[in-house]
Amino acid sequence: MSLLETRKLTKSFGDTLAVDKIDFAIGEGEVLALIGSNGAGKTTLVNLISGLVQPDSGQILFREKDVTNQSVAGRIQAGIARSFQIVNLFDELTVVDNVALSIFSREGLTRHFWSLADLHHPVWEEAHDILRQFGLEDKASALAGGISQGERKLLDVAVAYALKPRLLFLDEPTSGVSTREKAPIMDVISSIVRSQKIAAVVIEHDMDIIFRYSDRIVVMNQGVILASGILEEIKQDPVVREMVFGPSHA
Amino acid sequence: MTAAWAVPIAVLLVLLPRAINPYQTILLTYGLVMAIAALGFNLLLGYTGLLSFGHSAYFGVGAYAVAFMVKYLHVDSMELFLLGAIVASIVITALFGYACVRYTQIFFSILTLALSQVLWSLAFKFFWVTGGTDGLRVPTPKLMGAASSSEDKIHFLATGYYYYVLAVFAVCVALMWLIVHSPFGKALQAIRDNETRARFVGIQIRRYRFVAFLVSGVFTGIAGALWVPLNGLTTPDILYWPFSGEIVFMTVLGGFRNFTGPIVGAVVFNYLKTYAVGHTVYWQALLGIILVVLVLVLPTGIVGTIGLLRARARKKTSR
Amino acid sequence: MDILVVHLFNALLYASVLFLIAGGLSLIYGVMRIVNLAHGNLYAVGAFLTASAVSQWFAGSESAFLYLLLPVGALGAAAIGAVLEPTLLRPFYRRREEYQLLVTFGLLMILEDLIRFVWGPYPISATTLFSKIGSMKVGEFFYPRYNLLVIAVGALAALFLWAFIYRTKFGVVLRATSQDMRRAAALGVNVNLVYVEAFTIGCFMAGLGGAMIVPSQSAVLGMGVDALVLAFIVVVTGGLGSLEGAAVGALIVGAVREIGVTVFPEIELAVLYLIAAIVLLIRPAGLFGRTT
Repeated sequence: MSLLETRKLTKSFGDTLAVDKIDFAIGEGEVLALIGSNGAGKTTLVNLISGLVQPDSGQILFREKDVTNQSVAGRIQAGIARSFQIVNLFDELTVVDNVALSIFSREGLTRHFWSLADLHHPVWEEAHDILRQFGLEDKASALAGGISQGERKLLDVAVAYALKPRLLFLDEPTSGVSTREKAPIMDVISSIVRSQKIAAVVIEHDMDIIFRYSDRIVVMNQGVILASGILEEIKQDPVVREMVFGPSHA
Repeated sequence: MTAAWAVPIAVLLVLLPRAINPYQTILLTYGLVMAIAALGFNLLLGYTGLLSFGHSAYFGVGAYAVAFMVKYLHVDSMELFLLGAIVASIVITALFGYACVRYTQIFFSILTLALSQVLWSLAFKFFWVTGGTDGLRVPTPKLMGAASSSEDKIHFLATGYYYYVLAVFAVCVALMWLIVHSPFGKALQAIRDNETRARFVGIQIRRYRFVAFLVSGVFTGIAGALWVPLNGLTTPDILYWPFSGEIVFMTVLGGFRNFTGPIVGAVVFNYLKTYAVGHTVYWQALLGIILVVLVLVLPTGIVGTIGLLRARARKKTSR
Repeated sequence: MDILVVHLFNALLYASVLFLIAGGLSLIYGVMRIVNLAHGNLYAVGAFLTASAVSQWFAGSESAFLYLLLPVGALGAAAIGAVLEPTLLRPFYRRREEYQLLVTFGLLMILEDLIRFVWGPYPISATTLFSKIGSMKVGEFFYPRYNLLVIAVGALAALFLWAFIYRTKFGVVLRATSQDMRRAAALGVNVNLVYVEAFTIGCFMAGLGGAMIVPSQSAVLGMGVDALVLAFIVVVTGGLGSLEGAAVGALIVGAVREIGVTVFPEIELAVLYLIAAIVLLIRPAGLFGRTT
């Protein structure tokens, strides 16, 4: 039973067909790597499913319900969350504020203008707990705009994770971070996601990361899915081999 | 910073009329009234990231609501004035806010200016209702049912009315403080910092901006209502765009990234204007120049700059 | 039938001036992504400069010479723009939008008082230019020839700009910079020069609008903000950032105003806001607006 399924999802930007009748599916708790060259349509696919962009045609089914016309807030309620390739944080608020906001929003508390935010202890306890899981606890009172890039990438994921999603999209969670920091970051994210059995779609370019952390690999090119399967399976396809391993291996 | 200073300042404000002459007290009353307006305005700018150039509209709505109540309903109770101003502000703010919050920064700003200009031109066109450029007079109101005991209006304004305004000011400050420190206030700041992320955390941007707009306009409307009895008269001038500019200016002067900035800015501006108007006709240019300099050199305003200096001093002593 | 021609001319007249103001605003936004709130006051400066040149400084001169003085307002506005952009606006391109709006609002206040300082608080007119070329017969009506001159200037300006932007080398550079500033810079374009040139052209247009309109209506304090609000209505209707948008918006607003003024003279401004509101509700970016 698929957690998420798209049917013939299509999106064009002017003359460019970014996503072409894509049938994409992911199961509960599955960690999937989405790879492909720049312009293949990966980010557009994520934008379509998360609700940033509306498709020209096609359907998106989440937990068997049609969410194609649902607002972003509705999809978050349903259980879809995402992080961003270029970090999107509330820079003038503290690290713990950033995570707490997700929790406040999730619990429907952001409407409350008659109570002091500081007095909602359960929210802050959960926020600090999440920061501990992500290794960001010592930076809790720092402004989100002032921490290191690696910490910002982790925080970006933590903010999405705090929404308690069933499906998490991670758009290049290690981009812009030094090579030796990549694995530790993915270790943290991976262990949290797996322990909570959250399904995750990771857009990545780093092959090592992909091989180590994903259950399945989906290869996209020019708006279509070329191949989908475990590494051994997709290695058989020469086009994929060329894309993934380079021309010399074809 | 805020809470510790609140008590001594409150005490100072309560005792001040005994130390200074009535004219000074009345001047301070104007300052407190404008502080309420600036406080409301800054909910939009400092906390939600929306710059309105049309807040004169809500101030004017509050003031004219009071004037209409005097003219058509022969009301003279300050409490009813405030109630009427709040209701009128809610109606106009809801209408204008609905139109404005669908737009981002630049369009939002100009649209707010344009809408306030519409009100201003209406105040002229319908001069038989609004009194046109002559305006409408408003006599001294009854405070909590009690009429002014003295014939001397100055005395009334400097004593009973001052404390009334001070009380309303205190309530407004407390209310706004609660709002910006609530989960709602945090959501507004999130929208200000990163609209996309706020959306992806589940916050419905337009709705929250609308509520912020509403609260902002009502606070400014209350200020307008408190202002009219002080001034004795309301004219279309308070609907005209330069007045919106003054509200923007005093907030930036005090510092729009702090809670107390607008309050400090409003009080300081009040004195600045009184001095400047007495010395030059071109004080609008003076304001413009100071605004440009502020934005270039001291973008955090008075309160923000003091905060920076204190932080720097603390660093030096801890070395 | 003839009355329709008169209405058409009036609509085109209004549209011409609106195009000059709004087009300047849109051009600047299209290239530099800033909205200059003081733009309307450059229109006002243009009006005051031309009016005082014609009716004060060179009063009594040969009428042919007086007509040649018309562009004085435009040149003055352009000069102010050329000075303002590198000094007061450039420091703000990297900063948050609020600061840009605040600084241009400060400029608006400074310019308003500057006008009052230089020209005093009373209106100035240049009616000699309006009456000198008389009226022509349109059926049973007499229509001022000057209005037709304004329409011609507006149309010529649109044509010149179109040719300039789409048919010259500088136009290519301008369009490249407006689409992708970084790439243009990487290709060797002097972006700072492009910015000051674009800004100056925009101010020139605003000043020209003021200069052209002043013979038929006086230059008066407060006209700057009114112009800003009107320009806003035009770019809301037609879209911000494109000259086609400014042109179409100006034509629509000119037409609707003419209809509104004929049928309901009292609520002129309200009709205009109504169009803006309807357009905003259907297409938030305007008819030709840019979404980025």
